[in-house]
Amino acid sequence: MSDLPGGANVVVIGAGIVGNGLVWHLAELGWKDIVQIDKGPLPNPGGSTGHASNFIFPVDHNKEMAALTLDSQAQYEEMGVQVTPGGIEVARTPARLEELARRMTSAKSWGIDSRLVSPAEVSELVPFLDDSVILGGWYTPSVSVVDSLQAGTIMRERAQAKEALTVASNTEVLDVEVAADRVVAVVTDKGRIETDHVVVACGVWSPRIAHMAGVTIPLVPAVHQMIDVGPLPELQATGNEIGFPIVRDMDTFMYERQTAGSMEVGSYAHRPIFHRPDDIPSLDESLLSPTELPLTMDDFDPQLADAIELMPFLGEAEMRYGINGLLSLTPDAMPLLGETEVRGLWSAAAVWIKEGPGIAKMIAEWMTDGYPEIDPHSSDIARFYPYQRTDKHVRDRCSEHFNKTYGIVHPREQWETSRLARVGPFYPRSVELGAVFFEAGGWERPHWYEANAHLVEKYGVEDRPHEWDARWWSPIQNAEHLAMRDGVGMVDVTAFAIFDFTGPGVVDYIDTMAVNQCDVAVGRAVYTPLLTHDGGFKSDLTIMRLGRHHYRVVTGGFDGGRDSHWFKINLPDDGSVHMEDKTSAITTVGVWGPNARDLVSRVTEDDIGHEAFPYGTVKFVTIGEIPAMMFRISYVGDLGWEIYTDMEHGLKLWDTLWEAGQDLGVTAVGAGVYGTTGRLEKGYRLMGAELESEYTPVEAGLARPKVKSADFIGKAAYLAARASEPEAIMCTLTMEDHTSAAGIKRFPTGGNEPILTLDGERIVDSQGRVSRVTSAGAGPSVGKFLLLGYLPPSHAVEGTELQIMYMNELYPVKVAVAGSTPLFDPQDSRMKQ
Amino acid sequence: MRILVCIKRVPAPGARIVVEPDGQTIDTANLGFTISPHEECAVEAAVQLVEQHGGNVTVMTLGPEGAEEQLRHAVSVGATDAILIPAGERDWDPQATARALTDAIGDAESDGAFDLILFGNESADSGGYQVGVRVSRALGRPMVNGIKGIEIGKGVVTLRRETDGGSELYELPLPAVVGVKEGITLPRYPTLRGRLASKKADVRTFEAGEQPGGQSMVALANPPEQVKQTVMLTDAAAAVDVMEELGLL
Repeated sequence: MSDLPGGANVVVIGAGIVGNGLVWHLAELGWKDIVQIDKGPLPNPGGSTGHASNFIFPVDHNKEMAALTLDSQAQYEEMGVQVTPGGIEVARTPARLEELARRMTSAKSWGIDSRLVSPAEVSELVPFLDDSVILGGWYTPSVSVVDSLQAGTIMRERAQAKEALTVASNTEVLDVEVAADRVVAVVTDKGRIETDHVVVACGVWSPRIAHMAGVTIPLVPAVHQMIDVGPLPELQATGNEIGFPIVRDMDTFMYERQTAGSMEVGSYAHRPIFHRPDDIPSLDESLLSPTELPLTMDDFDPQLADAIELMPFLGEAEMRYGINGLLSLTPDAMPLLGETEVRGLWSAAAVWIKEGPGIAKMIAEWMTDGYPEIDPHSSDIARFYPYQRTDKHVRDRCSEHFNKTYGIVHPREQWETSRLARVGPFYPRSVELGAVFFEAGGWERPHWYEANAHLVEKYGVEDRPHEWDARWWSPIQNAEHLAMRDGVGMVDVTAFAIFDFTGPGVVDYIDTMAVNQCDVAVGRAVYTPLLTHDGGFKSDLTIMRLGRHHYRVVTGGFDGGRDSHWFKINLPDDGSVHMEDKTSAITTVGVWGPNARDLVSRVTEDDIGHEAFPYGTVKFVTIGEIPAMMFRISYVGDLGWEIYTDMEHGLKLWDTLWEAGQDLGVTAVGAGVYGTTGRLEKGYRLMGAELESEYTPVEAGLARPKVKSADFIGKAAYLAARASEPEAIMCTLTMEDHTSAAGIKRFPTGGNEPILTLDGERIVDSQGRVSRVTSAGAGPSVGKFLLLGYLPPSHAVEGTELQIMYMNELYPVKVAVAGSTPLFDPQDSRMKQ
Repeated sequence: MRILVCIKRVPAPGARIVVEPDGQTIDTANLGFTISPHEECAVEAAVQLVEQHGGNVTVMTLGPEGAEEQLRHAVSVGATDAILIPAGERDWDPQATARALTDAIGDAESDGAFDLILFGNESADSGGYQVGVRVSRALGRPMVNGIKGIEIGKGVVTLRRETDGGSELYELPLPAVVGVKEGITLPRYPTLRGRLASKKADVRTFEAGEQPGGQSMVALANPPEQVKQTVMLTDAAAAVDVMEELGLL
């Protein structure tokens, strides 16, 4: 007999922390007829939630993860399933001490109380720790431990109390049916359920379930080893589940966490051990549970000595239990959330206990309102391009970052594995010029060129004295910047994602998507925000009108996946608009600098003078023998064009331009200029940094004087934002003194450093949003180090003196620009002459 | 005193064992391995005897390379040294196993006989009940099986075997062979230091040629699944009905 209903508004597959949170939050938001399915029994169906360590360190360098973790802690607290023993990360190395200072900085950003502690203070907090092996620690009193299974039960029962939920445990999903790219039903061993919405919240099994619908969830089930050591009288004496702070021994990639009378010792130091979702044993084939596999002790052995060294009393205690626990890893170590390429099929995968309820709430909001309150761009599953969803890519990247779980990861750090997957036509020339490649959406993109090293001396660019500040950076970037401003630079911008839209309904469709008026003359281009339904940034990009019924959208390589998905899900159902991804067909080179027109005019017969080719317009031209499209625009603040051509013509186009520019001082210029120095001098905002769904175009200084009459996504919210005073204003700040307490010049990386008052207080706007550095970098032409960040109107006043915290030290900064006026060439005369 | 414990690497019990389609092997991809429970107790009993009387404990196994894991586990809980008789991935039959063990014991006893040789009562996987008996016979030493108590006397060992009505006591002259039964004592877990020490232990290898015995495996098969049916009784009246049906009332 089956009690499964034949239909549901939504089917949530999985009864771990995410699935349970989701049914509650959906019910809270008014959803009825929710069906939750799990193959296993309740309350512990055998997934990763069942064996989780359940502790939460709230500080994260990533803003989205920190916000989700704090929200989750609040939810666990409200449910009464959280205790707060505190936690300490200890440092054995000087590099780690610096990382702890960086963590202090992030804690300040997110308003989390924490402090650096001496070895003696650490052993005062944790008396069984040998403080002679550490250099110091970082203590966070709000580190907590939760009962995630109990939380799951509570959340399910709350949904049931609202008569919104049917729970089907011991029920196996056999198929997820799709018709016309929409999910239509879930087939189980106990019956078929018709539904328009399915959420895959199956943890390590998520790829298997999604595959039934033809969807790839790029996740690998990976082993995290832990052993239980005890009994230990010192711990038994506490008489409770956890009385001592949790210790993360960061340099050995281990943690020690009391569980009643024994100590759980966990490790991220062992070799990456991966499984495949289809090969995970069933419940009855498992000794403990499907995700608690037998401990491969040889992998843990090397960590034993480290554990004993830090806590000598562990040496004589017995190992009573140990597992190879399975958890979910993704290529970039972020969750996989949001609607998939199959409409109505949502992913809620690769979520850990610490952020589970917060993510559940986020997805429930997303499903209900079209977009969540917390910006999800860094965990949106749509961020992955097809090659990034292949098994090899997922495994290579996960292998690379597994041992960085407790590692020190630089904000600019580049991947070593899975490189050369997207290579543009200029690549051979870039190699010849000694390009140092950074990855942009999988593309190999020159960040600077070693061939330009001689320019460092020419322009007198100083190096950065601190290794951390100089890591993944070169003074050549600033030199390239100045060379471009003096002459002309060529920039490889092949990483652009490019979509063409055609068809009779295209004008209305594009107008619906974009804030700014796109029903413009053929040959005009429009830079415009795309908004969420709530009026926050979904994207910012350029839309060119190439024909009466033909638009071309150009967006960033980091944003192409998400933007493509957003355009697709909003396409009209009547087939009146056709979308084509041209990213792999078209390459782009930027030519910018005062000599740009001189250079290009040498290789084209077309009139590219200021009158014939005004700013913001597009022309089809011939360069040498190559058909190309030129777009007069600049992201770096100088005269010039983005020049597009078919991918196979790219190399010839580059060579033609390069040769023509030799006596004009043409310089290959990397993305260090394009994405940072040139951009920051002009105050241009970057999606994912300054532009997030939590901010509006009014706050970002990107609202145009007029609003078009046509309707568009987010219009009502946009009008409301325009009608009231902004609660935050994007500002450009200058760093007034770089000197640290040690007398070394420091250069912030732009990783969410808090902007503080002169009293050292955090600055929070009326919506609770904290002021922080969203981007940072040199402004070589203005002779200042520049920072971008939102400030409340009270502080967004030019000349206001403030401070920023960097690596736990304070540095004076000044508001140079409140709003979008560029610091360099405020009249844009260089670009528009 | 010198004690030898013969152990066997077996799949950790508790999970359903998946037999491969060819019926010759089992799927070991997600299986943990352990020492047969009787032997785990035998190791503990031997370690306790040595703690009481002095001496050392040698552990020996015949099995695949992976069986070194079980030997080291025994060292981590107190065994002194270990001998592996490599036998590949396939289980040897009891006769072949006993011959190889006997040869290996002979080699290990070149400088003197073990006072006691402990076996588990039977292995947890094949359950042949034969190897210990065959080895004791080959060595010409007395043996008693099913033992849940061992006491060392002067030149003798006193063994206790539980029966339905009470227990039987045996006194054997040393050297002797004992088939130990689970419950004789509670095996300890390894300490972290014990585990570290076991990593450094020298595991000696004794090469024994396989001399096939008279028993060969035809095929493996899972026993019929035991289906448990649970009926939820919602009130006392339903409970009464069931009891009447079962003739209990």
